[in-house]
Amino acid sequence: MPELLRLIFQLFLSFFKIGLFTFGGGYAMIPLITDEVLTHGWLDSTDVLIDFIAISESTPGPFAINMATFIGFEQAGVLGAVLTTFGVVLPSFIIILIIAIAFKKFSANKYVRGFLDGVRPVVPGIIMSVAIVFILKGVFGISDYEYGDFTFEWSALLIFAISFVISKVKKRVHPVIIVLISGIMGLLIYGFLL
Amino acid sequence: MFNLFFTFFKIGLFTFGGGYSMIPLIHFYAVDKFHWIDEKEFIDIIAIAESTPGPIAINSATYLGYKTKGVLGSVMATLGVVLPSMIIITIISAFLMQYKENVYVEYAFQGIRIGVSVLILNAAIRIYKKIDKNVMAYILLIFGLITVYFDLIPIVFVILIGGVVGIIYYAVIKGKEVKGDA
Repeated sequence: MPELLRLIFQLFLSFFKIGLFTFGGGYAMIPLITDEVLTHGWLDSTDVLIDFIAISESTPGPFAINMATFIGFEQAGVLGAVLTTFGVVLPSFIIILIIAIAFKKFSANKYVRGFLDGVRPVVPGIIMSVAIVFILKGVFGISDYEYGDFTFEWSALLIFAISFVISKVKKRVHPVIIVLISGIMGLLIYGFLL
Repeated sequence: MFNLFFTFFKIGLFTFGGGYSMIPLIHFYAVDKFHWIDEKEFIDIIAIAESTPGPIAINSATYLGYKTKGVLGSVMATLGVVLPSMIIITIISAFLMQYKENVYVEYAFQGIRIGVSVLILNAAIRIYKKIDKNVMAYILLIFGLITVYFDLIPIVFVILIGGVVGIIYYAVIKGKEVKGDA
């Protein structure tokens, strides 16, 4: 099989898996996406992934779709983008189609409900662990459990505190506002003050 | 059929920052404007979209497409909702790496990476608030937190274990009554 075809097939498979296990919004999938893209060498650091979360939050569309398009395009051009996105969409498409056709039976099944009731509380736990990893890395410079690398930077803490307070001013502050404000603060502090 | 595609194209184009922001827009088109479904069915769809894998945008497009025009309709609606982000992200990806070389862009992204951790922290809090609070839920939450943080088990298994524990605990042991829309 030609190299490009094999790469695209691998992208499709990885994102099919990501789509199949995406419960409760894209953020819970960050560990799985990280795992897949680092193992296959599609990205060489999580920094690009974090940058892309910001871009994804500032552009229309679900995170999972944006991520698939981005990785697919970076690795294998437009065709890669199309098939990787197809891969991440396909599991939900199939599952929803089955439910739409046989709706009552499916959602009334107590085992299906039990499964979903069990998965639901796991999701905020996963997202919380992602948040902890990101905060430790972004604010305190700790990555890969190397707690000895702890650094205290007032600038990072300041950006975190201001972003957090602003995100709590209203009930639902638009993510793009946080991206803009933290970006401007980064530019001012790292570009001009330090 | 074209209407279905075009409507979901618009929904995809104007959904910033995750699927939840699109719920009012879907409601406007599907219930108020085109009467594809009634209020009760709309609530059902959101519940299904939230409890199945995949983004809410995709799930609701597939379901509504099927309801109005069958399998082909679900294909058109899903295609419509996906297309805007695909086009926009492809364009951005093509330029992103060039701009990344710029030192000021890098400074901005140093700040943005911290902003993103705030977004994710808030998402965790928001989803935590929505779950039923009971002992088993807390056990599963802490299980998810610890296993993923320390990378003890592949995340796919973390989710499957949660589901299997749910079946055993809620369906078999507690024999939980079917509630809601059944």
